[in-house]
Amino acid sequence: MLSIRHIVKQYAGHRALDDVSLEVESGQIFGLLGPNGAGKTSLIRIVNQITAPDSGEVYFDGQKLNQSHIERIGYLPEERGLYKKMEIGEQMIYLARLKGLSRDEANKRLKFWFKKLDMESWWKKKIEELSKGMQQKAQFVATVLHEPDLIILDEPFSGFDPVNAEVIKDEILELNRKGATILFSTHRMESVEELCDSIALIHKSHKILDGKVKHIRNSYRNEVYLVEYSGNPLSFNGAQPFDIIGETISDEDRHTIRIKLHGGRTSNDVLQYLIPQTHINMLQEVIPSMNEIFIEKVNLKP
Amino acid sequence: MNKVLLIIQREYLTRVRKKSFIIMIFVVPLLILVMGGAIALIAKNSTQLTNLQVVNVVDNSGIFAKKLQDVPNIKFTLVHQDINEAKAMSKKDENISTLYIPADYNKQGAIQIFAKKKSPLQLTDEIQKQMNDIDFNNSMIQHHIDTAVIHSIKKADISVNAVEITDKGDKDANIGPNIAISIACAIFIYLALFIYGSQVMRGVIEEKTSRIIEVIISSVKPFQLMLGKIIGVGLVGLTQFSAWIILSVISSKIAGHVFNTPQSPMVSAMAVIQTIPFGYILGCFLFYFLTGYLLYSALFAAVGSAVDSETETQQFMFPITMPLLFTYILSVSVLFRAPDSALAVWLSIIPFTAPVAMMVRLPFDPPVWQLALSMSLMVVGFLFTTYVAARIYRVGILMYGKKVNFKELGKWFFYKE
Repeated sequence: MLSIRHIVKQYAGHRALDDVSLEVESGQIFGLLGPNGAGKTSLIRIVNQITAPDSGEVYFDGQKLNQSHIERIGYLPEERGLYKKMEIGEQMIYLARLKGLSRDEANKRLKFWFKKLDMESWWKKKIEELSKGMQQKAQFVATVLHEPDLIILDEPFSGFDPVNAEVIKDEILELNRKGATILFSTHRMESVEELCDSIALIHKSHKILDGKVKHIRNSYRNEVYLVEYSGNPLSFNGAQPFDIIGETISDEDRHTIRIKLHGGRTSNDVLQYLIPQTHINMLQEVIPSMNEIFIEKVNLKP
Repeated sequence: MNKVLLIIQREYLTRVRKKSFIIMIFVVPLLILVMGGAIALIAKNSTQLTNLQVVNVVDNSGIFAKKLQDVPNIKFTLVHQDINEAKAMSKKDENISTLYIPADYNKQGAIQIFAKKKSPLQLTDEIQKQMNDIDFNNSMIQHHIDTAVIHSIKKADISVNAVEITDKGDKDANIGPNIAISIACAIFIYLALFIYGSQVMRGVIEEKTSRIIEVIISSVKPFQLMLGKIIGVGLVGLTQFSAWIILSVISSKIAGHVFNTPQSPMVSAMAVIQTIPFGYILGCFLFYFLTGYLLYSALFAAVGSAVDSETETQQFMFPITMPLLFTYILSVSVLFRAPDSALAVWLSIIPFTAPVAMMVRLPFDPPVWQLALSMSLMVVGFLFTTYVAARIYRVGILMYGKKVNFKELGKWFFYKE
């Protein structure tokens, strides 16, 4: 769907993007991660043809990115904004027409969306009369009204209350099910694991990690398990096939320990060692969260 | 191009639909009407005598009193009183004035008229005229000239008509209306460039501060947005001016009927306009308004894109508006008196000053080659400023929180996409 190849973007004082390459497959939800100021917005602006890269290329559906692709992309910028003094219905029809929709078609689709998101009474209101959350909702609708193949969302959940964030999340998932590819940037990791198929991590203008979320997390597995048992607290003499990490957490006669396997051992070895000694309630592998991977990668690279 | 049309449509409609726009359309001609009416009324009240004025004449010279003749609404009576007694009477009744003629009446300012209110112009004019005639007659008699013969000779009514020698033959060159027209044109162009140029600037700042700019330019190129805005606002300007011209003509016609005074400034202005090649001037006005507007509004748009709020525009506005202001001041003070001077010619050819300067010269028929040169340079000029402005604009609209100076703008100009 989207192939970003060796993008370099230089601003007066600093290099915003340095040889960044990405592949976004069709139908994916792709998360663009990175701390503030990493270069996410610069990259997104290049894909939206708001700015052009100094070198490198972007391909959209196999074609070099050009003006005809604008109508197939929907963009929700991080800094939200609409014309304050314009009526909301009229304004959104205008924005949709700029994306190539006819007036009638825009009108029809807008009515559908307003109904769907309980916004019908807003049509004649001016943006400045709406609350911030309502404005965000309206802007989201404006982004997807022309049914783009690629939806680019820059920090889509910032500014939404939890209820509306959930509504928007469901809408994003539904659009994705209907075939839209979604590229969104965020630094909120909890939404990443929930939504994203693939991610790329950008830090200080470089891409430092990318791939499928599942693969990345698997590759960061480090043989750490959680064990919960009941009975008397165990004491270990060093013969066990693992090390204890951190404290034992006890709740009456239930105890939870965090263990790291010794090299070459498996979870079966743990069970074999523990079963004779205690009653095991649970053994679970701890796969690092994206948040942990994110923090680790970012701190690793100075 | 379709998208530019959409932008033009939005820019135009949102402005034209505003209450303030509709109010302005009616307020301005109404204001002209009210002002015209007020001037007419005041003029009428101060010059016309509405009821009988009795003038008590205290004549110490003994020359004038018996020869002053009554005219409608003015009645002269000779009183043999002390001047102070006579003045006391005038103080009591506002319809009685006291004319005091001392023995040495020839001294400057010696003759005085006293009244409770300011004496109407018509009254003093009439007295002056009569007294001058009387004095002149007396002088002639003293020099033994037969006044009867002189009165029997019919006085000629001679006026000098200025005629200009041109290639197409001699031509009436009455310069009064020309000066009025040329100054009116200069003021109109100057105001129009300012009003609509800063509307463009405000529009750009609005898009930038509301942050909608990023949404829009993910759909259209910055240049298309800038162009759409400039053309949209320009059409608003044309609409407003057309409405004003039409309504003003109508309202001045009405004013002419209602007040029915030939001295009304509006009526005389209309009479002046009728003596001018109206189509030619209007055509040139439209050309210079449009090209001048395109030239300046592009610069205004660039300024709008470079700042975060209107308060920061000052440092950029000054150099942009300087040539306009400079030409405007020269136009209304000097240029119309010397429309063919070297200064006027140069100013009317340089694109930044030409819209105002050439409009001033136009009623004085500048040479065709100068007009042609000026017009072609206007086109070159607005293409040039639009190009420069567009390069600054595309960078500026995405730049926030940066204190920008001219050096910075120069850098933006050379940025690649």
